[in-house]
Amino acid sequence: MKINNIQDEIINDFSLFDNWMDKYNYLIELSKDIILIPKSKKIDENLIKGCQSKVWLFAEYKNNKLYFSGDSDAIITKGIISLLISIFNNQSCDDILNSEIYFIKKIGLNEHLSMNRSNGLISMIKQIKIYALAFKNRIQ
Amino acid sequence: MNQNNIIRKQFPIFEKKLNNNNLIYFDNAASSQKPECVINKISDYYKYEYSNVHRGIHSLSQISTDKFEQTRSAVKEFINANSTQEIIFTKGTTESINLVASSWSDIFLNEGDEIIISTLEHHANIVPWQIVCKKKKATLKIIPIDENGYINLQDVKNLISKKTKFISLIHISNVIGIETPIIEIIKLAHKANAQILIDGAQAVSHKKIDVQKLNCDFYCFSAHKMYGPTGVGILFGKKKILEKMSPYQTGGEMIKEVSFKETTFNDLPFKFETGTPNITGIIALKESIDFINSIGFEYIQQHEKELLEFLINKLTKFPYIKILGGNNKNKNSIVSFNMKKIHHYDAGSFLNNFGIALRTGHLCAQPLMNRYNIPGTIRISFAIYNNFEEIEFFIQSLKKIKKLFQ
Repeated sequence: MKINNIQDEIINDFSLFDNWMDKYNYLIELSKDIILIPKSKKIDENLIKGCQSKVWLFAEYKNNKLYFSGDSDAIITKGIISLLISIFNNQSCDDILNSEIYFIKKIGLNEHLSMNRSNGLISMIKQIKIYALAFKNRIQ
Repeated sequence: MNQNNIIRKQFPIFEKKLNNNNLIYFDNAASSQKPECVINKISDYYKYEYSNVHRGIHSLSQISTDKFEQTRSAVKEFINANSTQEIIFTKGTTESINLVASSWSDIFLNEGDEIIISTLEHHANIVPWQIVCKKKKATLKIIPIDENGYINLQDVKNLISKKTKFISLIHISNVIGIETPIIEIIKLAHKANAQILIDGAQAVSHKKIDVQKLNCDFYCFSAHKMYGPTGVGILFGKKKILEKMSPYQTGGEMIKEVSFKETTFNDLPFKFETGTPNITGIIALKESIDFINSIGFEYIQQHEKELLEFLINKLTKFPYIKILGGNNKNKNSIVSFNMKKIHHYDAGSFLNNFGIALRTGHLCAQPLMNRYNIPGTIRISFAIYNNFEEIEFFIQSLKKIKKLFQ
């Protein structure tokens, strides 16, 4: 599925909740479905700097596609990475690099986007794009 | 109406909702809200009186200059300095400390000398000293603390040597709220012929400061943490030391005469105040000083102590909550805690949705976080407008969060 289709699907899922508490509960549920980073890769080198919580992200390149796994010590953050991974997994480098992430604002989790807190979230997306760029350059 | 309600009514922000809840503002150690008198002063000054200070001979400039200098006098009275020449306007506590680190060290710090700070310091009282020590090949020494955050005076005595030239110490910890033994450490510093700066950012709005009685060489604080405008800080310094220090930034106002050959510098306090200052902010600061004085520190301390005791009594009932620095009540308007198995970021995100504004994270004190071996914490910090109902609501919110994460 294309990146924007997945984003639209997420927006649709979240539209079923009419209060923030249910949205957060859903994020907590999503955190349990995360494609978990292998233990051997849960190392400082894979930590994303600039988050209030610890965030690990790892990427692999197989058959022209990128595959991500991650983890966090905060559950809300873990739910958000879980969503990001579901969007970017199994996508090509170019599609990732050309993507625009709009679902966060649409599902009303803006507070995680503001500079002081979500440095984290912006750093996560940036890191995913850096991976895509690095793998793309390696191929060329 | 009780006094707390009367005071609260003066803060327009509390008419606002945060995420559909009544706003509960527990982030006062970061910055306090502003009473109507301060807000009106800013607006009125821009509307009716605005002009630059200290230069023009026109009437508006004279009015501005008079009001600007009235704030300096008010600050002098507020902290009982000896003279208005000892009151320097900066943009905040951070700049005040940087000014001293730079201008004092330029003259007084030499290779091999030692500067002492404590484990409790805010980054603003760590990094400037690290930089000057590196530049001057001096050594930075750190006073340890015990589990409750207390400084043992014997440790300070052990650290002080003939090489000690300066001590820079936080007055009240921005993380655990405890007061450091500044009176004793000021005496120890002077006994060793060292000079001492006190970072009073978390103290000035909570207790009466008397710099003559304290006998500290420098005392710094910010207007925005004492119901005043942002972008205004104070540096108090003893005149005889300030006079010997190098200028900090250079340009207009701080000069006496400029030629292309040589420049002579202005007298205190103008030597350290170059460029057009935050005139409006400084003029409005007087309103916040008047506001604090009108309530009086006796009431402020009593009310904030009652809030703190009420909060700690509630928090200590939960086995899954650990208060940084222990359950003792010697904390000054600040309590930081962690919840077992719940990340501070998760807790903060939920509390925000309940309409509660507070701070989570390392609170600009990473070395202190390392001391307690935690990545971050949740901080509640009170001001004069907070009340018991807010604490009750907060406690109920914590219970809900705990249930959600089970």
